[in-house]
Amino acid sequence: MALLEIRNVTRRFDDFVAVDHVDFSVNAGEFFTLLGPSGCGKTTLLRMIAGFDQPDEGAIVLDGIDLKDTSPEKRPVHTVFQSYALFPHMTVEQNIAFPLKMAKQSEEEIRVKVKNALAQVALNDRATRYPHELSGGQRQRVALARGLINRPRLLLLDEPLGALDAKLREQMQIELIALQRDIGVTFIFVTHAQAEALALSHRIAVMNHGRIEQLDEPDKLYGAPKNRFVADFIGNVNMHEATVQSVSATLTLSLGKLGQIAAPMRAGVKVGDVGAFVIRPEQVSIRAASEASPDPNQFVGTVNDFLYIGDVTTYIVNLPDGERLEALLPNSAPGRAKFFELGDPVRVSWKAEAGAFLTA
Amino acid sequence: MSLTQATRVRGERLLKYIVSAPPFVFLLLFFLLPALIMVVASFRYPGEFGGLAPLFGDLPADEKGLTLENYKIFFSDFIYAQIFLKSIGVAALTTLICLVMAYPVALLIARSPKKSRDLMVLLCVLPFASNFLVRVYAWMIILGPFNLLFSRFAVIVGMVYVHLPFMILPLYTNLEKHDPTLLDAAQDLGANGWHRFWRVTFPMSLPGIFSGAVLVFIPVLGMFAIPEILGGKDDWLVGNMIKESFLGTRDWPFGSMLSMMLTIMVLIIAALSTAFAKRGMRRA
Repeated sequence: MALLEIRNVTRRFDDFVAVDHVDFSVNAGEFFTLLGPSGCGKTTLLRMIAGFDQPDEGAIVLDGIDLKDTSPEKRPVHTVFQSYALFPHMTVEQNIAFPLKMAKQSEEEIRVKVKNALAQVALNDRATRYPHELSGGQRQRVALARGLINRPRLLLLDEPLGALDAKLREQMQIELIALQRDIGVTFIFVTHAQAEALALSHRIAVMNHGRIEQLDEPDKLYGAPKNRFVADFIGNVNMHEATVQSVSATLTLSLGKLGQIAAPMRAGVKVGDVGAFVIRPEQVSIRAASEASPDPNQFVGTVNDFLYIGDVTTYIVNLPDGERLEALLPNSAPGRAKFFELGDPVRVSWKAEAGAFLTA
Repeated sequence: MSLTQATRVRGERLLKYIVSAPPFVFLLLFFLLPALIMVVASFRYPGEFGGLAPLFGDLPADEKGLTLENYKIFFSDFIYAQIFLKSIGVAALTTLICLVMAYPVALLIARSPKKSRDLMVLLCVLPFASNFLVRVYAWMIILGPFNLLFSRFAVIVGMVYVHLPFMILPLYTNLEKHDPTLLDAAQDLGANGWHRFWRVTFPMSLPGIFSGAVLVFIPVLGMFAIPEILGGKDDWLVGNMIKESFLGTRDWPFGSMLSMMLTIMVLIIAALSTAFAKRGMRRA
């Protein structure tokens, strides 16, 4: 049985529908992520699960019990807030002990549990410090330890890594995965950072305008997005208007003035359908225009711009029809980090099984 | 540091002195100097018709120069210490009642929508728009028919009424700064309404309570108008004694001595409470 069921939940604020008939379930032990741009309803949904807000329609069911009449302090659900919300007048250990105190556990029990929790997040030497004496990463760990100490059924994390710098965020991601695996508490993680969601989650629900656009495992979301929004929101993608010319083992698409390409077959697609052809930059090969490519889909263009990232260089290529295409070139070849200059004629190409045709 | 930089730093420092000089001189002339005059006066003899006896001159030895006589009188008769203790009691009780009454008001204002907060604060200080004495006399009209006038009760009522805003304002200023997410977090972690107040809001408001208490306690300690108007003959406080010494018996040295004792007592209480509050305050 699913641990948490969100049953057809809707929440309106006056005319604005923040959460629109959302329906999904989360399994025990899962690292589940709600991903979407700001204002997509993910935080509203989180607040309803925590109990700070009530759905207008639908139900939130935990362990088979409707939470409608359970106030936030009675729900076995804890939240790690974006600002951490550590109590400034309490030491680290007092902060972590707070949920146990509220649960009226004995002093001895609290002492042992807090000690273990401090060890778990490597903060033993900070036990008697106050939050303002800690670094951002340490505060984050205190908030996690506090949220997890009395083993809630569910831990909600509201963009908890948002305030950290890039390096620290990466480190905290690794710690978060390890912590979740060790403790086995179910996590519901809210973020607008798609890379973070891909790195952390077992499953991701991509939200937009209060609805779930797609709910899938990270590799499926990235590799087989269901619609343009998901394709565009997760990672970088090239998108080109396309019309279906013929349907057989593969699709033949017309890209307007650019010409025809072969694309993977997709169930339910018929001749004349209009939509978008999407392809990830790393699926596009790039070479000098003078070199031949074995790929069926190829065009010659000129380098419009490039971004040297370090491990890869992203080339932005002007296609003959005026559209732009991004191609990724790994910098693993020794010696040269940069292969093409601005204005160089280049040949971009991809295989018939790369990319996808999306109608939605 | 380059030469021009050094010049600029020196210039800034000079500017700082120039700007702070007038208030500094003002305080020196009209606060510190009178205070020192009072210290000296408390060791002198009273003049024949009020004021102070001369320090030198053609007078008997026990009527000129400096003396410890005023302090001897204070410590020889328990009545003075008694009045001091009574004053502390009235001030402490007033402070406590103000705190209990002001806290809900401050909390209500702090948790109201931003738009209405300013109006509510304005309403709290609105009584200041009318004269202090008029407001105290108004209590005579209110309490008179109930036969409550000229009692300790009437004094406390007057004290609380006059000083309540001084407790509300610092409390509100403190409470308004609290991050509401902390209460959400506390509730999320299992705290009911009482625990949210007692474990989060209250301890975090201690600095506000402390400043409010100081702003009420110290003025009440020296207040003489309210006991005189609303109190009975047993309700004389330190302030009344001091006022009577200067304006009634015209014994300036004795009044100066009482003022000195009051100042010393306030300083001791302030030092004690600061030391006591430091543990709690350091965290908040």
